Amino acid sequence: MTTSSRYKSRTPRSDYVGFATLPNQVHRKSVKKGFDFTLMVAGESGLGKSTLVNSLFLTDLHKDRKLLNAEERISQTVEITKHTVDIEEKGVKLKLTIVDTPGFGDAVNNTECWRPVTDYINLQFEQYFRDESGLNRKNIQDNRVHCCLYFIPPFGHGLRPVDIEFMKALQDKVNVVPLIAKADCLTPLEIKKLKERLREEIDKYGIKIYQFPDCDSDEDEEFKQQDRELKESTPFAVIGSNTVVEARGQRVRGRLYPWGIVEVENPSHCDFVKLRTMLIRTHMHDLKDITSDCHYENFRALCIQTMTSKMNADKRVESPIPILPLSTPDVETEKLIKMKDDEVSGCLKLNNALQQVLHNQDADVNR
Amino acid sequence: MAASEVDVFANEEKRNLELGGHVGFDSLPDQLVSKSVAQGFCFNILCVGETGIGKSTLMNTLFNTTFENEEASHYEHEVQLRPQTYDLQESNVNLKLTIVHTVGFGDQINKEESYKPILEYIDAQFESYLEEELKIKRSLFNYHDTRIHICLYFIAPNGHSLKSIDLVTMKKLDSKVNIIPVIAKADTVSKSELDKLKIKVMSELVSNGVQIYQFPTENEAVAEINSSMNTHLPFAVVGSIEDVKVGNKMVKARLYPWGSVQVENENHCDFVKLREMLLRVNMEDLREQTHARHYELYRRCKLEEMGFKDTGPDSQSFSLQETYEAKRKEFLVELQRKEEEMRQMFVNKVKETEAELKKKEKELHERFEQLKRMHQEEKKTLEEKRRELEEEMNAFNRRRVAAETLMGQALQGCSQQPFKKDKDKKNFFSLPSACSLTSGRNLN
Repeated sequence: MTTSSRYKSRTPRSDYVGFATLPNQVHRKSVKKGFDFTLMVAGESGLGKSTLVNSLFLTDLHKDRKLLNAEERISQTVEITKHTVDIEEKGVKLKLTIVDTPGFGDAVNNTECWRPVTDYINLQFEQYFRDESGLNRKNIQDNRVHCCLYFIPPFGHGLRPVDIEFMKALQDKVNVVPLIAKADCLTPLEIKKLKERLREEIDKYGIKIYQFPDCDSDEDEEFKQQDRELKESTPFAVIGSNTVVEARGQRVRGRLYPWGIVEVENPSHCDFVKLRTMLIRTHMHDLKDITSDCHYENFRALCIQTMTSKMNADKRVESPIPILPLSTPDVETEKLIKMKDDEVSGCLKLNNALQQVLHNQDADVNR
Repeated sequence: MAASEVDVFANEEKRNLELGGHVGFDSLPDQLVSKSVAQGFCFNILCVGETGIGKSTLMNTLFNTTFENEEASHYEHEVQLRPQTYDLQESNVNLKLTIVHTVGFGDQINKEESYKPILEYIDAQFESYLEEELKIKRSLFNYHDTRIHICLYFIAPNGHSLKSIDLVTMKKLDSKVNIIPVIAKADTVSKSELDKLKIKVMSELVSNGVQIYQFPTENEAVAEINSSMNTHLPFAVVGSIEDVKVGNKMVKARLYPWGSVQVENENHCDFVKLREMLLRVNMEDLREQTHARHYELYRRCKLEEMGFKDTGPDSQSFSLQETYEAKRKEFLVELQRKEEEMRQMFVNKVKETEAELKKKEKELHERFEQLKRMHQEEKKTLEEKRRELEEEMNAFNRRRVAAETLMGQALQGCSQQPFKKDKDKKNFFSLPSACSLTSGRNLN
């Protein structure tokens, strides 16, 4: 009785407990800690990768770049270069790493030109795995690649074999976002056709590109509309520029042509704004989450599996864990054995027949 | 006497004479022109470039018509060439135009063999022309000349320079065909970028020793325009067959949200320059170059390969006919020799097999003899045994008779000795059975 009265007498000021301030606390902490993001750009030379990155982050990342001549590129191998910059906006710090792949698709023979790229990504995963399993886990540096922008040239009719091979090799290791580069050489109708074609081919070949997560049903209509538009306009057709030109009385970033000015940030000219929104403003964290929850976990599971199977192979006598039955090799060896048996029996039969013939001949002669 | 006179006249220098009036052979060029026009002209273009770079569109724009061409796929395993021939006519001049497209160029992952089909095609056209030329009964004026007169190489505007595959391919083709490089889809490069790109491309071509076609500057009529055009290479082109309303005219253009690129506007692209150079000014020169330079080079290489020479070891000029005859004789002699060899071989083989067969026959005979002898011997031994057996039988019979007589005698006095009879009887009964057995065996 006393307890209930005690409770009753204390009239609460409101139903407010106070854990609604958690997001603010998270915000403060994260601002203090800073963010990091690793972006990889891949595609043939001259498609505007560096220009686009410069436009996206409004900095000049590649000051002195050495561009190779054509004869030097005949048998070039793919390199991996890394640029790290620290940028800050409204107190929020971002450590941005851009991984570039110069030489991709440039040589005359491009077989397996994606191997250095996959090796690099695996290396980052491995390093993180080792750090995570280490003793001092305070300052782990996360160098895993969070997103890969793949540039498709607009000059063709769709995906080329090298594009398909590259995306298939990377689809399980990193979030692949395909882009149509240099979109200022396509009229709006051509862009639409090409996007449809690309979506079709991506479905046909089963390439798993980064899918935008569906927005919650309790978001407002405007957000949902935006989200729908975003999804329908993949792959994005982008144009990049770092030069400022004067258009319609304003100073905008664009490209100056004799027949007009292409504005980079004009949504009716290209999808640059959509890409920027998606990549930086709304889905950056989602990309990081998918990388660590999905791709990294897959890698980790595979790693652990190979390690345990290797261990089993080494300590076969002592380990109580039963060895997995090797299904495929046995079937093959059995087939081989059967083949050899057939051969041997055939030979024997032939031998017998020959002997018989000889015997008959002898008998004939004897008579 | 007459011969020496002729010699003197031949060695005299040519003299220029003045005409006293109008003769009329200044109409020779006109006669030539009317004859050519009646015959019709023939022009072959090869378009080399990546899939989707705009080769078909540019051809349509150049010739102001729509050549039917299906869209190529990116997934061809190797480069293929598709030639198509069209008959065009413009103000009573007939043109037989052949356009050859490379399908699947630049799409494979390994492009090391991409240039080979192109090279083979060009060589095949030269080869068929050479064959026609060397025929005994030939009709060169009726012959449909398919040798490639011009190769338009489409460079993708990637902003920096040539691609490695472009360099490799052009290097292989420059001694076989006239190459004009063009920068395709030029509406994606701004003016400043375009200038840089052109300079870079030309410098790369020059530094790698690629000989592209230079417009001729010997003829005064076209020297000026040609030399200025030479500085604008490679041409940056845009192709379109759609008509767009600009101002109050309908022009061929590409419509973008930010403006429209007019194909025939010299500020926008070099299409007009290309058309001018290719079709209106230098078409005949291109054909001539193909015949006089590239085809002659091919012919020389081919004939040298076959073993023909222009001058012999004592530097006397051979005529093609003599060399040909000599080669033919050589060839026939070689054939005969080979025939002889083969015949010899055949004869030898026959002899060998004969000898072998004979040997086998002899062996068989010997064995037969041997067996016969064995047979004889066995027969003899058997005969002997038979005789012995018969003798034994006779001896036995005699003894039997003797024994019977004895028995008769014994019977007379047999009542005193019954036991002896039994013994004898037993002996008597056992003996005949033994006799019958042996006689049975003897008969067999």
